[in-house]
Amino acid sequence: MSMEMTNGSAPNTMAEARPVETARFVPAVDIYETAEEYVVMAEMPGCDPKGIDVQFENGELSITGRVSPRQVPETGWLAREFGIGDYARTFNVTESIETDKISAEYEHGILTLRLPKVETAKPRKIEVRTK
Amino acid sequence: MLDAIERLNWWNQQMNQLWNGALPAPQAAYPALNLWDDGENFHAEAELPGFKIEDIDLAVAGCDLQIRGRRETPSGKDWAIYRQERPSGEFSRTIKFPAEIDADRVQAELKDGVLRVTLPKAPTAKPRKIEVKVLGHKN
Repeated sequence: MSMEMTNGSAPNTMAEARPVETARFVPAVDIYETAEEYVVMAEMPGCDPKGIDVQFENGELSITGRVSPRQVPETGWLAREFGIGDYARTFNVTESIETDKISAEYEHGILTLRLPKVETAKPRKIEVRTK
Repeated sequence: MLDAIERLNWWNQQMNQLWNGALPAPQAAYPALNLWDDGENFHAEAELPGFKIEDIDLAVAGCDLQIRGRRETPSGKDWAIYRQERPSGEFSRTIKFPAEIDADRVQAELKDGVLRVTLPKAPTAKPRKIEVKVLGHKN
């Protein structure tokens, strides 16, 4: 962790000295798989729900989120441990997905994507009939 | 200038607490906090995505704010984990502000995973302007 002085008073712990407003962050994700679908949960706190964009093209899933502007002071900082900025991340998806059935939901700062598997990719249970 | 030095001292104390508490490798405290002082109030902001307000506990005493919370990993029966980058479990973090807080008037808001806490300073902690009377003096 690096320490930096801003305005000669408030200590600043931001490791990267770039303007906070234009910073882009890679959201942390959890990815789960069930028999029917893949579930991607991305941490994107403070987003404007209208500013969230999800695209799937040529096996590439990309998510971007614009953060809502929020009031932060110019002076009086006691600690600055995180920066605020937009989110962006791209995944390569090699599995077969029903692309037109991908759903996205944003709640409590988490973007949850559901990517249904195509029929042929689903494990199939074969009923064994007995005579 | 004195203000700046006080802040730096305060900051050093916080950092020492951090280092002392974390062995062998210093770990970043969770959640990361942005803290500021607008003169009347202290403000604390944290990103807590996935938490509901009932998952978070705030306690204020004297100059201290304690933030505690708990998040369970969704444990589905038939879920295979592909990737797990989000932290789960319990956390607790205590911040010491440089002045006393009026605990009765603390307000907190959690919106879209962003927690904002406004902590009014106790009346005794506010900077007071002291009128300096110039006494007439005899020649």
